[in-house]
Amino acid sequence: MAYLEVKGITKQFGGLVAVDDVSFEVEKGEIISIIGPNGAGKTTVFNMLTGVYQIDKGEIIFEGQPIHNKTPREIVKAGISRTFQNIRLFGNMRVIENVLVGTQIRTEYTFFDSFFRTGRFRREESEKVVKSVRILESIGLRERMDDYAQSLPYGEQRKLEIARAIATDAKIILLDEPAAGMNPQESEELLQFIRKLRDKGYTIILIEHDMSVVMNISDRIYVIDHGKRIAHGLPAEIANNEKVIEAYLGGVKKDA
Amino acid sequence: MAYALIAVGYSLVFGILRLINFSHGSVYAFGAHIALLFVGFQFGVIPAVLLSIVFTGLLGVAIDKTALAPLRKKNSIPIAALITTIGISNIIQNLLMIFFGSEKKAFPAFFDFGMVNLGIAKVNSTQIVMCVVSLILLAALMLLVNKTKIGLAMRATEQNAKAASLMGINVNFVIGFTFFLGGASAAIAGSLISGYYQIVYPGMGFMAGLKAFAAAVLGGIGSLPGSVLGGLVVGVSESLAATFLGSTYRDSMAFIILIIVLIFKPTGFFGKKTITKV
Amino acid sequence: MSDNKNKETAGSGFIYHMELFLERYKLPVSAVCALVLLAVPFMGFSQYIMRILIMIGVYTMLGMGLNILTGYVGQLSLGHAGFFGIGAYTGALLMLRLGVNFVFAAIVGACLAALCGLLLGLPTLRLKGTYLAIVTLGFGEIARMVFMNWAPVTNGTLGLKNIPRPSFFGFDLTLANHGLYYLMLVLVALVTVSCLAIIRSKTGRSFIAIKEDEIAATMMGIQITRSKVLAFVISAFITGLAGSFYAPLVGFIDPNSFTFDVSSLIISIVILGGMGTIRGMFLGAVVLIIFPEVSRFLMDYRFVVYGIILVVMMRFRPQGVLGWKSQMPYKLPRLAREELAKQS
Repeated sequence: MAYLEVKGITKQFGGLVAVDDVSFEVEKGEIISIIGPNGAGKTTVFNMLTGVYQIDKGEIIFEGQPIHNKTPREIVKAGISRTFQNIRLFGNMRVIENVLVGTQIRTEYTFFDSFFRTGRFRREESEKVVKSVRILESIGLRERMDDYAQSLPYGEQRKLEIARAIATDAKIILLDEPAAGMNPQESEELLQFIRKLRDKGYTIILIEHDMSVVMNISDRIYVIDHGKRIAHGLPAEIANNEKVIEAYLGGVKKDA
Repeated sequence: MAYALIAVGYSLVFGILRLINFSHGSVYAFGAHIALLFVGFQFGVIPAVLLSIVFTGLLGVAIDKTALAPLRKKNSIPIAALITTIGISNIIQNLLMIFFGSEKKAFPAFFDFGMVNLGIAKVNSTQIVMCVVSLILLAALMLLVNKTKIGLAMRATEQNAKAASLMGINVNFVIGFTFFLGGASAAIAGSLISGYYQIVYPGMGFMAGLKAFAAAVLGGIGSLPGSVLGGLVVGVSESLAATFLGSTYRDSMAFIILIIVLIFKPTGFFGKKTITKV
Repeated sequence: MSDNKNKETAGSGFIYHMELFLERYKLPVSAVCALVLLAVPFMGFSQYIMRILIMIGVYTMLGMGLNILTGYVGQLSLGHAGFFGIGAYTGALLMLRLGVNFVFAAIVGACLAALCGLLLGLPTLRLKGTYLAIVTLGFGEIARMVFMNWAPVTNGTLGLKNIPRPSFFGFDLTLANHGLYYLMLVLVALVTVSCLAIIRSKTGRSFIAIKEDEIAATMMGIQITRSKVLAFVISAFITGLAGSFYAPLVGFIDPNSFTFDVSSLIISIVILGGMGTIRGMFLGAVVLIIFPEVSRFLMDYRFVVYGIILVVMMRFRPQGVLGWKSQMPYKLPRLAREELAKQS
């Protein structure tokens, strides 16, 4: 059985079928990309994976446990965390506080511990702060630790979102168009960082609509269009797949 | 029925701005007082009410232009606009108190044709007039929103203000116009209801505003027919509560209904469901 | 937003230096403040002024109570006068009818307010902010109607008279012997320290995260409704506590002591001082309690001015007078500092 198994998930909004019977599998330590033209249903897939939406049909199995239709909290606890296509940081909180919020799901001290500043509170709070600093260091944001998230430049905000996701102790990290709005140099750096994450044992699922970004980095690629999975394979296979080319060119034609 | 007229004002503004206009209750009291003022000038009842409609409508526009429009421009957090309307409500209500005195004042009953026998029950003619006028006004409002050009612009702004402005709709004008309608409907409600109870006081808007708000939410805020239905339900349940539980609980009825509705069906009878986008 | 940022950097010099100063001389500054506050009764102020000072303390607590909910979690309540009244009536009744000691009465009063907060919050806090505001407004009115109509207990519109002063071991605390003043100081200090402890923990971070972005907070595994209810309960508790102190302070309460005007005064304090700050609550209470006293001629316009404060603040400085963001580095816990120093 695969690490993460998605079987025939379907989501309808009124009459519109946003995601139609999509299946895919992810093995531990892979970088998987889900690509497709704008509006293909990629983000909806993420929303179903992370518990934002209930799924109408199908199953999502992670490490042998079904996680579909669980609350976001349960899913984060199980080890899946995400970033957002349009950055959603806690803008008026400091960089380190953003990461600390991420660690909270694994923070055990109770309200009374914090109220009375018990030893347990102080021990755990310091532990999490150290952990957060380490994460920021690894992503190159330690210098920015005291700044407010809002004041970071765009590229660093994206990185901070990833740092926050890592802080939840996620095993699988879902990245929703992480390179969007970055210049080629920034996005190359980011891809390097994603590779490093994979080498540390994280499993990564990426969403992109720009094929060129994911070609070099992905182990395997799934392509969806109009809510349906139309292709699947190694990057080289996808690049030459007729259906994929048609979906993308067709999309261009419609746009023009 | 009376609540329906006030509720419409909440619905209009909420529909377009997604903002609960807390000042609406005091705008309603303002409308009643202005009508009273002009009645005092011996203008006759109908012209007084018409003048009140104009002035109260303008007050609505002024509220929007001076306090709310700058917030929209700055893209402030929603809570900022909410607090602003509470502040405005404070200002209007207390200014009314200063200029008119906080005591209850007599208001002429202007449609009194005695009691009418309807076979099963005797009904005060004022009540009938109120019902009829309310229905006509609501029908007119609905025609305005659904059939006219400005109504189309209002509905477009409601759907997507940015897109509407790109299509050449003057969004600020539309919002201002909506506030005018809200104010005008409050003035009509104020005059009618004062004519019925024959008293006016600055605090009158507080309770009535709250109950009307409950009615608007019950009917599905943002929906005009919903407001009417909500108003009816609140009115009827209040009379029932007064009859069966004693009059002291009358005023709590609206809130109890409100809380129950919000728990079980927060969108009300006619409200639309929204999908959270991530 | 960019507009906002510019303003902050422009003002940064002054605030930065002030914060630096406070940080460096933290001990002497707080010692001086504490001494001054403790010495106030010996400065020969009239009872009238002492009374106003104690009132400021009461409203500081009320501000902090609402601030937990509005300033940190971003949920507006328009019914805090209700919790204030529940605390006041409960405390007063326990002391009047059962002769209970103040401390016990205050704790029961605060707990009962918190319980009402829980019962009201559980079903309603799932609602969007604006709906919550109106439900709380309704709650405030219902609470007042209960005070008015439950005559056998609350004495209806006549209110409760001759509420006994708090006493400790047979020693009555009054205005004249400054006992009430010191009791106020103790309560305000307790509430302040508690608020700080709550905010500087994962609970506080959850609160702020919810205000900043509810969806992102959900995706970080924060339990939104649970956190909101918790904030509501804490907020009601503090407000109820302030109420149980207020009743014996003034000696007489009736349903009209807890109208919507009180709720809107509390909101004005929070907004003026700065939502989401503790320091702001002191400033807000000082300004808004002293203001009507020094401007008796404006008495009628008092609530008009409160309204204007709300409107003007929202337009020009929504973060409040003292609502700046700290420019000091984030304060790392001592253990974490040592750990990080060791490794690098």
